[in-house]
Amino acid sequence: MSRPPLAAACAAVLRRDLVLAWRRRGDIAMPVLYALIVATLFPFALGPEEALLQRIAGGVVLVTVLLAMLLALDAMFRGDIEDGSLEQLVLAPQPLALMLGMKILAHWITTALPLIVIAPLLAGMLHLPGAAMSVLLLALLLATPLLSLLGAILVALTAGTRRSGMLLALMLLPLCVPVVIFAAGAVSAAQQGLPWLAPVAWLGAALAMALVLAPLACAAALRIALDA
Amino acid sequence: MTAPPARPALLQARALAFRRQDEPVFGPLDFSVGAGEIALVEGDNGSGKTTLLRILAGLLHVDEGELSWRGEPWQGDAHLGDILFLGHHLGLKGDLSPRENLAVAAGLYGRRDGLAPADALRQIGLAGYEDEPVRRLSAGQKKRAALVRLLLLPATLWLLDEPYANLDRSGIEMVNGLLAQHAARGGAALVTSHGAVSFLDGAPRRIRMHA
Amino acid sequence: MANWIPLWLHKLGSPPIFYRFAGTLRPWALALALLLGMAALYGGLVLAPADYQQGDAYRIIFIHVPSAWMSLFIYGVMALASFIALVWRIKLAEVVAMESAPIGAAFTFVTLVTGSLWGKPMWGTWWTWDARLTSELVLLFLYLGVIGLYHAFEDRRQGARAAAFLALIGIVNVPIVHFSVNWWNTLHQGSTVRILGPSKMSGDMLWPLLTMMAATKFYYIASLFGRVRADLLALESGKDWVRQIAEAEAGR
Repeated sequence: MSRPPLAAACAAVLRRDLVLAWRRRGDIAMPVLYALIVATLFPFALGPEEALLQRIAGGVVLVTVLLAMLLALDAMFRGDIEDGSLEQLVLAPQPLALMLGMKILAHWITTALPLIVIAPLLAGMLHLPGAAMSVLLLALLLATPLLSLLGAILVALTAGTRRSGMLLALMLLPLCVPVVIFAAGAVSAAQQGLPWLAPVAWLGAALAMALVLAPLACAAALRIALDA
Repeated sequence: MTAPPARPALLQARALAFRRQDEPVFGPLDFSVGAGEIALVEGDNGSGKTTLLRILAGLLHVDEGELSWRGEPWQGDAHLGDILFLGHHLGLKGDLSPRENLAVAAGLYGRRDGLAPADALRQIGLAGYEDEPVRRLSAGQKKRAALVRLLLLPATLWLLDEPYANLDRSGIEMVNGLLAQHAARGGAALVTSHGAVSFLDGAPRRIRMHA
Repeated sequence: MANWIPLWLHKLGSPPIFYRFAGTLRPWALALALLLGMAALYGGLVLAPADYQQGDAYRIIFIHVPSAWMSLFIYGVMALASFIALVWRIKLAEVVAMESAPIGAAFTFVTLVTGSLWGKPMWGTWWTWDARLTSELVLLFLYLGVIGLYHAFEDRRQGARAAAFLALIGIVNVPIVHFSVNWWNTLHQGSTVRILGPSKMSGDMLWPLLTMMAATKFYYIASLFGRVRADLLALESGKDWVRQIAEAEAGR
């Protein structure tokens, strides 16, 4: 018996999830559409005053992206649980944490990356100054993988339950408070011409830690949730 | 390979019992499965056949009793990859073709030498359907698309939950052929069945489940 | 080595023994909680002098501060029990963790309400995004998440294990939230309003506060034991010891 090489297994999982997402391209568009709708509603609610919109632009884009990601989070393992693919993944002679890391990566590529791509458009609609735009993108690049990783743990915990939409939001809120604070803090600091490196560095540090720990926690959570 | 009688059984269970919410699902159970042996797990609905298979696969935590694998106490991930589990849910992605599904499984579990995936798909009876999305296949064809793993993946112990469901006569014969081949190779298998009809050839060893 | 400690703990961990143990202790804890609570309230509301800055408004600290302290303490107990439950799969630890959550959530809620009541005369507003109040709010969400996850599962033991895992994630999260909220506060408000001024607390204010802290502890013990007893009966309903209790109750 020859155990398959780790790289091949990682590639198989990543490839599978990307191909699946591509075959259901419509689903990828949903969070993007949702973010666009939410961001459009703000000027209607608050008035088209440029100064006001400018002030809230960074925060609105961040929260919008967060909500759109939350919308797609539930689907991370649901399909795999329903058709038994997850059992096959758990029983494979591969490190489960790494395999789940690949799934999280695929999920980030298919849900968060499109959101980051349209983030400049959303920010532009809300008149975010150009100087803060690059900081917003940097903050999003660090914050969205962090949210995917943290969210994956929670989704894994709810894997054994039927309804999880609202519960997931309730569970994610305490975890995403620091992420939102630092990401939005960086953008608003950049807008005011203050140094913004510190909050971005905190985000980066948190991401580095989550990259190592979250897949392990996710694997442990999944084992608990599947043990029924 | 020779099989001297002193060789420890592949899988051995002593006083294995399982409770769900303190309700016993199945009582203390003793059995062993050796190399080249096919065992039939019999029992009525709700007698815990699926639960037993899920425990043996390592998906459920053992509450009471002891399990050993190749003479060693059962622990950790040592047995992963040596066991192939086929449950009620087939583990197939509806949007992928049988060929792609098989490629993912082979990527995770590895491949047995000497057989190409395309040949395996042909042998299992999916010729002409290799590239059709699984969701468009019939129930029996889906079953075959899952069973093809038995041909290609290297595993010593097969845990098959209702492998005959949805299969036609030729499919049943094919599964029996696969099991015979596996046993001749020194593999072992646990197969569940409702107990009303046994499709297995010959007189397999029986594990009777009762709550 | 002191061999009797693990043995004693192991015995206490068995549901029927803990059921009896908790049953004997619970009335005492409840009585102590009531006595100490009344003494503390008398001391705090009647005996203690009015604050020279805040007048009588400060007297809410005799509820607010012990509650805030308990909200964190109970989270710690819950996380510890969760850890034990996950590592050693002890049923009693699962029950203690899960039954602590609603009590802790209640204390957190009381902390938020009293904090907000206190805020009205002090800051002129019911709610302010003060670092400590905000952290407390996040703590409430953590508790609610644990409770919600526990009840989302059909299998209660599985739900308890999943929620225990969430509680452990939360204990990592609490300091991070507190740190980030502090940072956010300095960024947005410049200077925070200090709840407790630099003034030292005088002795006749301090003893009611400490007595109340003891009272809340005993209340927690009494409440937890009552809940755990009820839960153990439900979880072990098939066992002999529960049947004996049920028969004894019926025969009375």
